[in-house]
Amino acid sequence: MSGVAVPPDAVVVGAGIVGAACALELARAGLRVLVLDAGDVGGGTTAAGMGHLVVMDDSEEQFALTAYSVRLWRELAPSLPPECEFDPCGTLWIAADAAQLEAVRRKHEAYTARGVAAEVLDGAALAACEPALRAPLAGALLVPGDAVLYPPGAARHLLAEACRAGAVFRGGSRVDAIRPGAVVVGGRALPAGIVVNAAGAAAPELTPGLPIVPRKGHLAITDRYPGLCRHQIVELGYLQSAHEMTAESVAFNVQPRRTGQVLIGSSRELVGWDPATNRAVLGRMLERAVHFMPALAAASVIRVWTGFRPATPDKLPLIGPWEEMEGVWVAAGHEGLGITTSLGTARLLADLITGRTPAIDPAPYAPMRVLSAARRHG
Amino acid sequence: MAETAPRRVTADVAIVGAGPAGIAAAVRAAESGARVVVLDEAPRPGGQIWRHTTRGTLPRGARRWLERLDASGAQVLSGASVVDADGPRLLAQWRGEPLVVSAERIILATGARELFLPFPGWTLPGVVGVGGAQALLKAGMPVAGRRVVVAGSGPLLLAVAAALAGAGAHVAVVAEQAPAAAVRRFAAGLWRRPAKLWQAARYRAGVPRARHRPGVWVTRADGDTTVREVTLTDGRRTWTVPCDLLAVGYGLVPATELPRLLGCRIERGRVHVDEYQRTSEPAILCAGEPTGIAGAHAALVQGQIAACAALDRPAEATSLLAARDAWRRFAARLEATFAPRDELRTLADADTVVCRCEDVTLGRIDASWGSRAAKRYTRAGMGPCQGRICGAALQYLFDWTPDRVRVPVAPATVGTLVHAAALNTEPQDPS
Repeated sequence: MSGVAVPPDAVVVGAGIVGAACALELARAGLRVLVLDAGDVGGGTTAAGMGHLVVMDDSEEQFALTAYSVRLWRELAPSLPPECEFDPCGTLWIAADAAQLEAVRRKHEAYTARGVAAEVLDGAALAACEPALRAPLAGALLVPGDAVLYPPGAARHLLAEACRAGAVFRGGSRVDAIRPGAVVVGGRALPAGIVVNAAGAAAPELTPGLPIVPRKGHLAITDRYPGLCRHQIVELGYLQSAHEMTAESVAFNVQPRRTGQVLIGSSRELVGWDPATNRAVLGRMLERAVHFMPALAAASVIRVWTGFRPATPDKLPLIGPWEEMEGVWVAAGHEGLGITTSLGTARLLADLITGRTPAIDPAPYAPMRVLSAARRHG
Repeated sequence: MAETAPRRVTADVAIVGAGPAGIAAAVRAAESGARVVVLDEAPRPGGQIWRHTTRGTLPRGARRWLERLDASGAQVLSGASVVDADGPRLLAQWRGEPLVVSAERIILATGARELFLPFPGWTLPGVVGVGGAQALLKAGMPVAGRRVVVAGSGPLLLAVAAALAGAGAHVAVVAEQAPAAAVRRFAAGLWRRPAKLWQAARYRAGVPRARHRPGVWVTRADGDTTVREVTLTDGRRTWTVPCDLLAVGYGLVPATELPRLLGCRIERGRVHVDEYQRTSEPAILCAGEPTGIAGAHAALVQGQIAACAALDRPAEATSLLAARDAWRRFAARLEATFAPRDELRTLADADTVVCRCEDVTLGRIDASWGSRAAKRYTRAGMGPCQGRICGAALQYLFDWTPDRVRVPVAPATVGTLVHAAALNTEPQDPS
């Protein structure tokens, strides 16, 4: 270690999975990177998430970023250590009735037309591959390229790789403010070439004007029941639950952990930063799970927790320069897709910072869109 | 909403735990005419210390309390585990079904559990807890002719050694980690507590003096399919003892998950209570081991005091306060005498499993992390035991503070937790 402090080229604020991924991309691009976090690695939204790597089609832009990111994850998969618990289990989007099966067919067309493999299963095929689901169900869309991993393990791995590429991580360092060319930590300004705000749901505290609000979720995890659940299984209505910014919604969304445990989601609430278990929401969420997978009723739950997704009004993350302040970049606002899109976000951000040509169009994620939208609405 | 409403019970006093503290509280409250419900995880009341299959095997004092409980009118729900709580309401799982208990007052008598400190070989078959050995004996585990080492700390070592010897085991050595001088001072002070003295003497009778070794502790256990040999040390020299059963435990730690979930103030690992066993939370009282490890006699007194206070008749407890305070002093001496020595913090090596549920070795854990980060990075403490075993060990090894308590405080089925919201709603009129 050198005793003379050379100011870093980039300070990444936030060591969640998005910050860790950004640090890795920037360090590999040759920048001197310093990562700061008030806590430690992956302790915020990252620790609360399911870790579903999923291609989502709520919008064309969401599809582009998630499909790109899942591709990057699959490229990375062979080098992920066991602690990341990568499991290429695929996603099943469940159709409860004939109308939903029609929607599944349209979804199938959309995915395959855009180069993402998918397969329509009828009710019998679905029952054969997930016997614990209630019968009859109309069918499902199987997206075999989707996967799951353990998010805190993945964040830690990405940050460790970043450090191997020369980045420096300082935990327990709360950033009080972001200024042009500097961050303020404990009353002292640390100079930085650029600052990347990757503070997740807390990002607006450092960059006022970012339209990010905490969207609370509950998760429950069971004891070990190997084979009870084999894919990430999501009801088709999940997309709607995620899309509509209603005060409160639940959807059936279960995941097999490599341990044989079943992770049960999901809920969405707009209640600020209250971390307490909302027993009514928890009850409805679990009831929904039992409705689709009756055997879960007898499964033993060993832990329930809550977390906060960083939600934006248009369900797209904010990736790119924040032109209101010189030298400030944003990588935040990923709602419930931050684990998936961390890799795509980081690659895109590094492309923009270093002047490389991005693989996908970055315009839809430009943070400044929120300002122009606000100005349009006057 | 859930299709069927969960079963509900209302009472003046709800008591969690049916060990000595819970039993005494239930008896005292029910005999005073209160409606009392007792929830207990075990198949029958008695707690760990009075665990039994037939009452005939219990000491007379225990039998008398159980008979009084039978006659008191208290409703005892055995096999009920409390999984969530809010204010004076509890959500329990009883016979596989959810049960909501509403009460004016709650007395927490959740007891204690054994402290395990990891050392190489502690997860071998044939290595059990001291309390675990006692439970296995009561369940009829055959030990006749087996060569046993009893190790760890606290008065329970001698009790269990005596019970093992009584069942035909050959107790090779009782290794008490507390220094000989401290144990001597403790024993010399026992005259103040005749009941305890008698107990100690009786236990001692089962174990020849030469085999009780204070100032000695286990550093490792070795074996193939089961434990074959235990390595002991007194800090100067080290020797091995062949055995096929090792009972090892470092005393008890208060079970405070439910008190913590309810927001009760915890001080130095114990539930803080006032003179009348009232916690920092209104309507919540606590008695017995969660307030500090002091044994069954102390628990009986505290349970009665808590019952009087719960019924808003603290004056009736006045005559018990002196006895309770004497037990508190006894507990302080117990703690000081048998506090685990620092050498025990360094027994485990990098390959020693510290979290059995998740198979996490010590080498994977960084002392600078804290409980939450350890969970996040290694899953230590995230298994089905909910960190009840490794949590206390890691706190001791690294001076960590426990992570916050989460729902459910005991494993509960999805079908039970579907009804969690019933904790926050009034019972429906049964019309």
